[in-house]
Amino acid sequence: MSERLIVNFCGVEFKNPVIPASGTYGYGREYECLYPLSKLGGISVKGTTLNPRQGNEGPRVAETPSGMLNSVGLQNGGAKKFLEYELPNLLTKDTRIIANIAGASVEECAELASLIDPSQVDMVELNISCPNVKQGGAAFGTDCNVAAAVTAAVRKELPHKPLMVKLSPNVTSITDIAKSVEAAGADALSLINTLLGMRIDIKTRRPILHNNVGGLSGPAVFPVAVRMVWQVANAVKIPICGMGGISTWEDAVEMMMAGASTVQVGAAIFADPYAPVKIVEGLEQYCIDNGISNISEIVGTVEPW
Amino acid sequence: MYKQGNYPIIAKRAIGRGVFDVTIHCPEVAELARAGQFAQVAAEGFFLRRPISICDIDKERGTIRLVFEVRGKGTDKISELNVGQNIDIIAPLGNGFTCLEGAKAVCVGGGIGTPPMLGIAKCYGRDAEVISGFRTAGIAILQEDFAAAGCKTTLCTDDGTAGRKGFVTEALKERLQADKPDIIYACGPSVMLNGVAKLAKEYCVKCEVSLEQRMACGVGACLVCVCRTVKDGESYLSHVCKDGPVFDSEEVDFT
Repeated sequence: MSERLIVNFCGVEFKNPVIPASGTYGYGREYECLYPLSKLGGISVKGTTLNPRQGNEGPRVAETPSGMLNSVGLQNGGAKKFLEYELPNLLTKDTRIIANIAGASVEECAELASLIDPSQVDMVELNISCPNVKQGGAAFGTDCNVAAAVTAAVRKELPHKPLMVKLSPNVTSITDIAKSVEAAGADALSLINTLLGMRIDIKTRRPILHNNVGGLSGPAVFPVAVRMVWQVANAVKIPICGMGGISTWEDAVEMMMAGASTVQVGAAIFADPYAPVKIVEGLEQYCIDNGISNISEIVGTVEPW
Repeated sequence: MYKQGNYPIIAKRAIGRGVFDVTIHCPEVAELARAGQFAQVAAEGFFLRRPISICDIDKERGTIRLVFEVRGKGTDKISELNVGQNIDIIAPLGNGFTCLEGAKAVCVGGGIGTPPMLGIAKCYGRDAEVISGFRTAGIAILQEDFAAAGCKTTLCTDDGTAGRKGFVTEALKERLQADKPDIIYACGPSVMLNGVAKLAKEYCVKCEVSLEQRMACGVGACLVCVCRTVKDGESYLSHVCKDGPVFDSEEVDFT
């Protein structure tokens, strides 16, 4: 790939702005047999909690028109396993590694940050928006004061890494949350996490998800994500990683025009595991076809009516 | 190791009410595939792929067979694909059955859980008995295929319209009393698998069961397709796509 796609995001140079989203790509192991992970700008790895978590009972997935609901509930092996087993492998892949952390309390998030800070991850994404866990998760991301408090606590324990905070769309005003998190010391924002949804099996009168409700993702949420990224980009000065239903390079361009400096690709990978790579190739061709010397030139260039 | 691609359908037929048998020319997939693995099949217009077990593998011809039942709108869409058209699959996925050399096997299939039994039954040929059960004669599939592979077949139907009337577990019990095999393979409804697992335990026969669950990625990344398993007395939420779909029956928590 040429230099057209190189982006600087919070002082970290990404070879391209395309990043598989946390929870959709594991730690990369499952996709390596299709293409080298070095084709990706970075990987936001599976959400990590302090201790191992089993997650929610199944079923954890329900299909929806142009998307899906999930209620995994942050199943993961815990911080120790991530740092000792997954990270050393990821560091050999020639791509940027974003640790995604989540905690049930402010203290747990801070402790996680202190464990991750000395590691070799390139940046940290603090998840204050998981809709599928009872404590922490979205409860952190739907109140300005709590969102600011957890951001500040993590910021303090993370002196050596850029901190990106992942926002929930399940709020009245995402710009208020974004401004609070920015003021509390976040270096970047990522949005949107999934939208809370529900499906019911009309034969059994039971919700399809054992958790009753879950997070909606996929193309169905894309317009909501573009709107929120655009609103937040106009409200804060820190850079944004845009996500929510991106499936094609055209979606990525749209998201960047709305104000995202980098993009994450999630559920689209389930339909097409090559989706992130095709988006990288599409962005490259788009730059060539439009005489764009660097993709960053399009960030936030939407001209509102 | 798996592949994703659009491969041509070279044969297709309806083999029962709403049950389709599709042969796909995909040498790179056939080369890698083992009995008991599955494919994630794209259904045009639907967001998620449909997991379908691989029924049979022909490495020389470079083909795999998918036999599936139309369960909803997605599988209905897949059933509309015809010879000459391409089918978008990710395969082979998951862990297949363990084939024991020189051993005797009993393969137990319930309804649309029967197709994955063909691949493993073929590994044993004459040394396999295939006990399969269906609601009624009209959907009793693959009997000629099992017979052609040299396997002994025992057909059961709930309504007695073909073969013997009754459940596969009754036929399995009789076989276990008469002549214990070295291994049992089973795929079908959870109630049936639980029954098979209990019999296997009672008669001290190794048993592998193939499970199903709603899936998204199919490769072990998204973690949605959980099932309860037990190992060394501890309970786990394992993933059907990557840890399975084939599990040792003693590890599965059917409760």
